[in-house]
Amino acid sequence: MADKSLTASDYPIAENRPDAVIGHRGKPLSSLTMEAVLNGDVTMEDLRITPQALEQQAQISKSAGRSTLAGNFERAAEMTRLSQEEVMAIYELLRPGRAASKDSLLDVAQRVRDEQDAPLLADFVEEAARFYEKRGLFRKRY
Amino acid sequence: MSTGYDANRWKRFDDWDGRALRLDKFAIEDPENGFSAFHGAADPRPGLKIKGGKVTAMDGVAAEDFDLIDAFIATYHIDPDIAEEAMAIPSGELARMLVDMNVPRTELTRLARGLTPAKLAEAVAQLNAMEIAFAYSKMRARQSPGNQAHVTNAKDDPLQLAADAAIAVALGFDEIETTMRVARNSWSNALACCVGSAVGRAGTLFQCSSEEAEELEIGMAGFTSYAETVSVYGTESAFIDGDDTPWSKAWLAAAYASRGIKMRCTSGAAAELLMGFHEAKSLLYLEARCLCLQRGMGSQGTQNGGIDGAPLAASMPGGVREIMAETLIAVWLDLECASGNDARHSESDMRVAAKVLPYLIGGSDLICSGFGSILKYDNSFNPSSFNGEELEEFLVLQRDFEADGGLTAVEDARALDLRRRAIDALSHVLKDLGLAQATEVMKRSVAVASGSNDTDTFATRDVGLISDKIAGDGVTVLDVIRSLHRGGFVHEAENLLFLVKLRVSGDYLQTSAVVRDNKVISAINDPNDYTGPGTGHRLSEARRKELAAIRDVLDRDEVLRAEAASEMGEAKAIRYQTMGAANPGTERKEIVVGVSPGFGSKIFRTLAGHRLSTVLRALQSGIERGGGTMRLVRLWHTADTSFLGLSAARLSGSGIGIGIQSKGTAVIHHKDRLPHNNLELFSNAPITTLEHYENMGFNATVYSRGELPEPVVVPTRGEALGARFHARVALIYAIETAMTEDGATTETLQITFLEDS
Repeated sequence: MADKSLTASDYPIAENRPDAVIGHRGKPLSSLTMEAVLNGDVTMEDLRITPQALEQQAQISKSAGRSTLAGNFERAAEMTRLSQEEVMAIYELLRPGRAASKDSLLDVAQRVRDEQDAPLLADFVEEAARFYEKRGLFRKRY
Repeated sequence: MSTGYDANRWKRFDDWDGRALRLDKFAIEDPENGFSAFHGAADPRPGLKIKGGKVTAMDGVAAEDFDLIDAFIATYHIDPDIAEEAMAIPSGELARMLVDMNVPRTELTRLARGLTPAKLAEAVAQLNAMEIAFAYSKMRARQSPGNQAHVTNAKDDPLQLAADAAIAVALGFDEIETTMRVARNSWSNALACCVGSAVGRAGTLFQCSSEEAEELEIGMAGFTSYAETVSVYGTESAFIDGDDTPWSKAWLAAAYASRGIKMRCTSGAAAELLMGFHEAKSLLYLEARCLCLQRGMGSQGTQNGGIDGAPLAASMPGGVREIMAETLIAVWLDLECASGNDARHSESDMRVAAKVLPYLIGGSDLICSGFGSILKYDNSFNPSSFNGEELEEFLVLQRDFEADGGLTAVEDARALDLRRRAIDALSHVLKDLGLAQATEVMKRSVAVASGSNDTDTFATRDVGLISDKIAGDGVTVLDVIRSLHRGGFVHEAENLLFLVKLRVSGDYLQTSAVVRDNKVISAINDPNDYTGPGTGHRLSEARRKELAAIRDVLDRDEVLRAEAASEMGEAKAIRYQTMGAANPGTERKEIVVGVSPGFGSKIFRTLAGHRLSTVLRALQSGIERGGGTMRLVRLWHTADTSFLGLSAARLSGSGIGIGIQSKGTAVIHHKDRLPHNNLELFSNAPITTLEHYENMGFNATVYSRGELPEPVVVPTRGEALGARFHARVALIYAIETAMTEDGATTETLQITFLEDS
């Protein structure tokens, strides 16, 4: 699937390319039936969007001239690998005055780059750290 | 008694003081202090310098002096490959391209990627309100317009939320949004609206506006499908005061996408001014910064167009034009636009309707980013421009302009069925999951209630306990789907499963996505392709019929049915006998009353509701009080009041006649006057009383003596009688004109009153 980029003509993927939609636990879209839900064969994990789906949506956005939206989907694809707690903890750290110095943001960037295969997110957090330092955001707010 | 003739003020100002409009407060233009829609004291001139693919200066600020917003826009929004070409085009030329139907939307959205905030603002500022509206209609992203509802109530009552969500779905809203009076109730609100929105139809997107982390958790549990609480601001100080940065908000944008939840940002005129950090810049320039930021973040869309700042923006000269201009920048930047028209910007209904009109007739991804589907006092976001009270007005505006505002009327029996179904479904889930037990009284009171003042339901404290238990037990949408199915709510279970399955493929994350007829449509597969008349969004014949189908619509059969109901009563009150052709009279005291063809035979009551027998009694009584006698004739050659009167006068021995139509319009005429130059006319039949008819009869006798009476004046209080009656008038009058015949002989009528009344 990753070999060929999707375009606007593949959209909506669930209708036009259902074969391309595979859940986190390997379930195809067609297996998410009411019967399977009632039998307990479907979990919330099966209903989560996958990094592949986000990358496909990014390809479609790009083909429609929306590269910034694609950029968001690409960051989101990496973010699917972060737990809810991690996502919210890093969000909190990115808010004004939460990080006491540039280093705590750089540590986070290092961690997601090395441990979670999230280079885009790492770059993004490092970039924030640079601008925060320049604008004096590492000051205590409460 | 004081006459007040020595007052030193024209009393019209007192009248104006009493109008709702005067509750609105208006502010003077004061650019130094942030009160300027288009021309801030510190607005920069557009400009852009790029070296080696990097922005070195933007809108008068060098890169080393960039604040966080400049830096983010320069890094993420500005496309260096397009910037040089785009910035070289004069703003006036860009403005002309926006209103030129021959310049395709896609060419303009391409150029926008290279335009700075000041340049975008300078271009749209050159358009007048009409041009902005047109350009907005051409530039909006998705072809099919839509709408969004608020579903909240003052008690955070889950039963009412479910019932009102089902109604919002039936009305056709693409998205519904709830929030809480008490923050702790968020999980209960989410569950209730989630269940209610699955009644009747699948695919309505739902959001629960709450604290960021919790909102994301509620989304993760599968109850919600979109969010629009990611607010951004146009000055760095306001942004930081709002406890975020462009990077933290962009992180959140990715977080929603990573959980398969649709997301749009929120910004809007005057937010910075309200927060005290305006930097002496105009509303439009600051909003242009917000919007470039949002595109840079990779948000698929925005909720803008004033929003909470709309009332403040509208207090300034040109404030409403600015609100339009900022939504135009949003769509020019290729963002989905939920175009405000939510927080009510005025106490004046006229100002409210005028503000929404461009979006209604031009279309918008979501015309209102919160149409209050509930009553004003139940709206936990504050009253919207349109609310439950005014919903039918919106339906009629759609019908008036044949413009698709996204809504469809719901017939009253169906509305009650849907409410009961939603309440039963939610009550079952609450009980089945061990969350709460709704009583029969609660259910019945909520089903029929217009608002929460009329319900006998859960106490707000109980709701807090329900909410805690949902969160504590880790209830997910799968538990709800299984529970609905167990309770026999199979359709609702299927509708919910359909919606949560959509998030696996992420199709509804694309720009302007909504779900219609079980399919995701967005700017990708339903792009606005307007290039002039006959292109872009057009009403289908089926949709046109839906818009026309409001309740209580009159037709000819309905008029005849109403008359048939009066016929029996009249049969007991009066008997008409035809006595052959009417000849000119010689009796100097007679007043001839000429009635129209359908008088008392097809039509039996005046528009004021007087039975025609009582009207004839009143005329006769007045004529006799004046010492005259009444002779009645029926005219067949005309149904027009003036000609009825003149023809009667020409038959009258006194030369004075009265003409009267079935609907009650009456005239006193003289045989020698021109048809439309009568002596007295009662043109407003709906407000003409029996006493007026009696006095008309009396006055006719005064004229017959060659004297001048005090004319009878039917006082009006300014009612829009045309609006109230003309549809019926036209139908009744057509019935009468169809009975006329050229040259037909006038008949003498003899009447007998059969009962005292």
